[in-house]
Amino acid sequence: MESAADLWHLFVRLVRANLRMPVFVIISIVQPVLWVLLFGQLFRRITALQGFGAASYVQFLAPGIAIMTALFGAAYSGMGMLADIDRGVLDRLLATPVARGALLAARILYSAAQVAVQAAIILLVSAAIGARPHGGAGGVALVLMVAALLGAAFAAVSNALALLTRRQELVIAVMNFIVLPSTFLSSMMMSGNLMPAWIRSAALFNPVNWAVVAARGSFEGDWQMLPRNLGLLAAFTLAAAWLATLSFDRYRRAG
Amino acid sequence: METTPAIEVRDLRKTYAGGVVALDGVSFAVAPGEVFALLGPNGAGKSSTVRILATLSAPSAGTAFVGGIDVAARPREVRLRIGYVAQASGVDLTATGRENLTLQGQLYRLPAAALRTRVGELLELFELRGAADRAAITYSGGMKRRLDVAMGLVHRPEVLFLDEPTTGLDPESRTVMWEEVRGLARQGLTLLLTTHYLEEADQLAQRLAILDRGRVVAEGTPEALKAKLRGDRVSVELADRGQVAAAREVLGGLDEVAAVLVDGTTLYAQVAHSASALPSLLAALDRAGLAVAQVALSRPSLDDVYLDATGHAYRSEGAGESRPAAGGGGRGGERGGRGGPKAPSAPSGPSAPGEPGAGGAG
Repeated sequence: MESAADLWHLFVRLVRANLRMPVFVIISIVQPVLWVLLFGQLFRRITALQGFGAASYVQFLAPGIAIMTALFGAAYSGMGMLADIDRGVLDRLLATPVARGALLAARILYSAAQVAVQAAIILLVSAAIGARPHGGAGGVALVLMVAALLGAAFAAVSNALALLTRRQELVIAVMNFIVLPSTFLSSMMMSGNLMPAWIRSAALFNPVNWAVVAARGSFEGDWQMLPRNLGLLAAFTLAAAWLATLSFDRYRRAG
Repeated sequence: METTPAIEVRDLRKTYAGGVVALDGVSFAVAPGEVFALLGPNGAGKSSTVRILATLSAPSAGTAFVGGIDVAARPREVRLRIGYVAQASGVDLTATGRENLTLQGQLYRLPAAALRTRVGELLELFELRGAADRAAITYSGGMKRRLDVAMGLVHRPEVLFLDEPTTGLDPESRTVMWEEVRGLARQGLTLLLTTHYLEEADQLAQRLAILDRGRVVAEGTPEALKAKLRGDRVSVELADRGQVAAAREVLGGLDEVAAVLVDGTTLYAQVAHSASALPSLLAALDRAGLAVAQVALSRPSLDDVYLDATGHAYRSEGAGESRPAAGGGGRGGERGGRGGPKAPSAPSGPSAPGEPGAGGAG
């Protein structure tokens, strides 16, 4: 109970800090919407390719951009942890009886919540320009959950990096190195049917692709691929959270 | 009288990764309600000691107790009893003063209504009421530091750790902070403060320990430490570095001089009465053909205590032992030539006009 209360108070702190930066709020809403509109227009005629297998590109793109936003939104979560370390905030919190795990969990939870909200906005905008959630309300809820899971996983990886290296530059460099390749080694923007065989194979081992496939299946109401990809994604998220926990323990022991 | 000390550390040792030794066997005890200062230059081991007591760092060897509770074995119980105000602040700059205080109280699981009252009290006490609902990033250095201390007090701890509470503050804010500290002491709080200002330790602490390179080199009340030196001190700065050894011999041979310490080109002679001893000291040096650049007399101050205990004059910049990245363990003494060491009661700028005992390091 006390841990849950700690988690809530720390979560509220992070929400409040970001709501106080109107520019941040506006950008985090406008940017994914721009992606939907921009990519939707740019690649509009891609569905004409034989074998693409989607009615409209916006229909295809909407769940993909929801996942992309989750990835980009959570990948730099570790920077906040570093700021707390540098300003002495983390030490100050560690000197209180706060549940240790809540300090890390609050950041991961915050990222998950943030990207879920962004994903919801993306689906709304996409619906306004013609995308239809054939998976119904349950499907939409699943898309948001998948986005939150991927967000949590990347937030955990990012925090682990931050705690292990304690260097902003390294967090940025490593996450940049991961984010774009894992975006393009997935069916986020391009139908799996039309990928080169090696990318299709690589995508099978890409957590971002698991999320894209799970989200798209939920959005389309095509449940066949869901259990496997959702299961793999959940396992990946757990592994990332475990890694972050170990890094946090290591950080505290090094004190 | 057998009371449990509020704080007790026994033979504390801390070696950081990379082999940097921060603490090399530190022991001291602080009685309940006492104001105790750890005095020493940066890198002497002050913060390392406090971090261990605040459960943030595990000692490599030795034990630490707060209220009789072993810090390493039962950290949760210790955390409930202590307030920790770190050198690196710890204020969340994006949050307001009130929010910072409230979060702190929530993490100590104070009931909501009691917490609201307590936060209001602290805002009042630390003169932050007017700024309570502004983001802390807009606060001045002094306000931020006061918020820092207030945050350490939300849960009414028995023991408060203040790590360098006035470092970086302007003189006016420093005076305000000293008053706050004295006020807390009057309320019976046990205070462990670290400082590299001799004057601060002298002003605030009932007892103090001087740390040097991870060891306690002197401990006691400021008065007792000064009294132990017996008599006055004459410091003689020579014009020629090559004559130091000769001058030491000359001064050491005089009946009036109890002891001579050397730091760089300055010799410190311990005498019963400086005014009466001075003529014969100068005459002896003159006879030996040794040129004197500067002479100063002083009553014993903490500077002298420090010099006596460590063998070198006090400089607030130390060897950087607490920062593994800094590498080399070169003593502060090597940099003495350039900036001019803050020798005891040498007429060092405007900080100590006509009041030799005040010390002006920093």
